[in-house]
Amino acid sequence: MKNLKRITIISGHYGSGKTNIAVNLSIDLKKEFDKVAVADLDIVNPYFRTKDSILEFKKNGIRLISSEYAGTNVDIPALPQEMYAITDDRSYKMIVDLGGDDRGALALGRLTPKIKEENDYDMLLVVNRFRPLTPDLETTVTVAREIEEAGKLKFTGVINNSNLGEFTTKEDILSSLSYAEEIAKAMEIPVVLTTVKREFYGELKGKIKNLYPLDLQAKI
Amino acid sequence: MANKVLMKGNEAIAEAAIKAGCMHYFGYPITPQTEIAAYMAKRMPKIGGTFLQAESEIAAINMVYGVSAAGYRVMTSSSSPGISLKSEGISYLAGADLPAVIINVQRGGPGLGGIQPSQSDYFQATKGGGHGDFHLIVLAPGSVQEMASLTVKGFELADKYRMPAMILADGTMGQMMEPVELDFDVAPAPEKPWATNGTKMQRKHNIVNSLSLIPEELEKFNFKRFERYKLVEENEAMYEEYKTEDADILVTAYGIASRVTKNAVDEARKKGIKVGLIRPITVWPFPKKPFEKMAEKVKHIVCVELSMGQMIEDVKLAVSCKVPVTLCNRAGGMIPSTEQILAEIEKYAKGE
Repeated sequence: MKNLKRITIISGHYGSGKTNIAVNLSIDLKKEFDKVAVADLDIVNPYFRTKDSILEFKKNGIRLISSEYAGTNVDIPALPQEMYAITDDRSYKMIVDLGGDDRGALALGRLTPKIKEENDYDMLLVVNRFRPLTPDLETTVTVAREIEEAGKLKFTGVINNSNLGEFTTKEDILSSLSYAEEIAKAMEIPVVLTTVKREFYGELKGKIKNLYPLDLQAKI
Repeated sequence: MANKVLMKGNEAIAEAAIKAGCMHYFGYPITPQTEIAAYMAKRMPKIGGTFLQAESEIAAINMVYGVSAAGYRVMTSSSSPGISLKSEGISYLAGADLPAVIINVQRGGPGLGGIQPSQSDYFQATKGGGHGDFHLIVLAPGSVQEMASLTVKGFELADKYRMPAMILADGTMGQMMEPVELDFDVAPAPEKPWATNGTKMQRKHNIVNSLSLIPEELEKFNFKRFERYKLVEENEAMYEEYKTEDADILVTAYGIASRVTKNAVDEARKKGIKVGLIRPITVWPFPKKPFEKMAEKVKHIVCVELSMGQMIEDVKLAVSCKVPVTLCNRAGGMIPSTEQILAEIEKYAKGE
């Protein structure tokens, strides 16, 4: 956690697990830094938003930058009114949760010049090989390039979040490693994290580099 | 797990439709079902199919009418207010005996309502959903896997009985993600000798129409159609029974409500309460038989719905009011909690 840049942008194909990662990262980050904020720039999803974890954020003293319409019946792609704090309040370690695909990444564009100017950021590509529209190298890299084009910012790392929800097995994770490595190699960036649900962490820790335990969120 | 993928319910519907041989989709975006259209927009051009965002819901359903009349498997999708707009076209499909699959990912109503999940279009779906005497086959998925498998089933039944089928889902089912297996054995579409697909100068013109100028004939069409509906009622009712063998209290729910209800049944069982669940999978035809059977065994039935109480009327009819049936509900986009349902079960277990 200590080597996370001031701004960490979580992006990727929609449904790849960005929000869950953003929530988990921010909670872990808060253990080491005083001022941590999560910014929900999702303009795509109507349900299952960062804001659903608002109680968790309050409990942990994490600042939430979110549209006041998120999770309500106001069905418009609204951005948070405090969104400029992402670039302007440099006292915070910032996790940015972008919406899926190039459409979601559009929300980033207006911040990109300032993010580049400060030059203390990572933009991480979340990938899940079990998602039907990004099952291989070619489709995933195509989506990644579309996101870069829309957000006017280049990815700096890959988060391998390959999973089948609560039914994920250890074999599923192990079988996804080469998929993530191929993507990283093609994009000339490193795999910075491989996520795993917490119960598998102990067993897989020695076997996978940069393993990161996740707590699963919402379930119905 | 090798063949499983992680999908949103809406995506599962879209991919299952393609697997079922649906190469033509017409829609208009509305939350919380927009992923169906988005998925079709990405996939259809790659497989040589049609994705068309129509200028309105009304236009989309009438495009469905046209493609179905030409003999092809075809689908549209919307959410509650959009389905109301489509209901004239749905009635025309029924009147012309055309198969099609219509997806309703329900949201809170009435009116424009909200974008959160709901089950308040049950009446609209099961009692016709447009003017005139007709029924839709209505399938109510209870998991992302069923969002896929019942979509396939919808195409098969629609073709078999020459009538529209509806998938009655809700916002949560549409938005939630679960692993899905998409290897289906799909029954190929039957021959459609009635289709308006060109005479090749070898047969008479086919006419697909819902207008009838002679009342005696229109009556005959209605009678004939309802003979088919009777067959559907006899042969196609689907349901799941859960822990009903020794139950003296019954809960019933479909779709998203059944998932929370199942949790409540498990919790109640831990407390020693003999409670079971009937989950209708088709809500038209309504699965009357398991209710008739349970009416002889249980002292109370609780119907759990995300509405002000709609399916409860079919439950009361199915048990001929032999057992008291009460409602446990939330509305307007809210979902009942396990605790709320458990409290209701406990109340009747104590004999209150």
